[in-house]
Amino acid sequence: MAQKIYAGKTVDVNEEGYFTNPSQWTKEIAVEIAKEEGIVLTDQHFAIMEFLRNKYNSGEALSIRSINHSGVIDVKTFYQLFPGAPLKKATKIAGIPKPASCI
Amino acid sequence: MEQKNPIKKINLICAKGAIEDVYATLILGNGAVMEGIETNIFFTFFGLDAILKNRMDKLHTAVVGNPALRLPGGLRMPTLLGVIPGMESFTSWMMKSEMSKLDIPPVSEFLDLIVAGGGKIYACKLATDMFKFRKEDFSEHVSDILTVGQFYELSGGEGSHIIFT
Repeated sequence: MAQKIYAGKTVDVNEEGYFTNPSQWTKEIAVEIAKEEGIVLTDQHFAIMEFLRNKYNSGEALSIRSINHSGVIDVKTFYQLFPGAPLKKATKIAGIPKPASCI
Repeated sequence: MEQKNPIKKINLICAKGAIEDVYATLILGNGAVMEGIETNIFFTFFGLDAILKNRMDKLHTAVVGNPALRLPGGLRMPTLLGVIPGMESFTSWMMKSEMSKLDIPPVSEFLDLIVAGGGKIYACKLATDMFKFRKEDFSEHVSDILTVGQFYELSGGEGSHIIFT
């Protein structure tokens, strides 16, 4: 298992850079991971990441469809906030494992 | 897992209109969009049912001549049973309810997701003419009605792939 240092804290990550221990995550850390991905975080980013973290913590599968039911943003905005592969990027920055979902 | 020659563009062709044919296309298409891959989906012949406003959410699966079809429990479904009235509707309803348990959306919502992520949906001109459909019969997500030549043109480029589902 690899380790990385973000915002002065050492965290456990897998070979792709996803957190293996989501409780090590903080907002300051998120800002630094986002910088690596070329994203400057806004309140909207944090709101949807909170939704993803809550869903992950309650053991629910994450899907792109669930974003529309988040009550925070719609899927179109999600693609704009995390350009490219939004669900992968958002979970990486939110400090939770890469979703194993096909939808 | 950095690949040397990553897929940059996916061009899917859907020519059939049964639930499983259409969903194979939509899942592959949406999956490509989610990965940040440029995505075009070209619907032709019976595949057009997937983008027709009044048919897209009423697709069926074939119960006659479908040797892979199983009854709940795993027993093979005899083709003869498929001719019983209501069997096709029931099977199609079962398929849809099992899919929705996995958070797989209805066709119309699936198109919403694909287009929201920048995917493009096209209809085949020849099939549209043949079935006498008009542009307004199609979902608003259909960006254009294309000839085969135009489809090949937009499918071009390095790292681009055409998949016939």
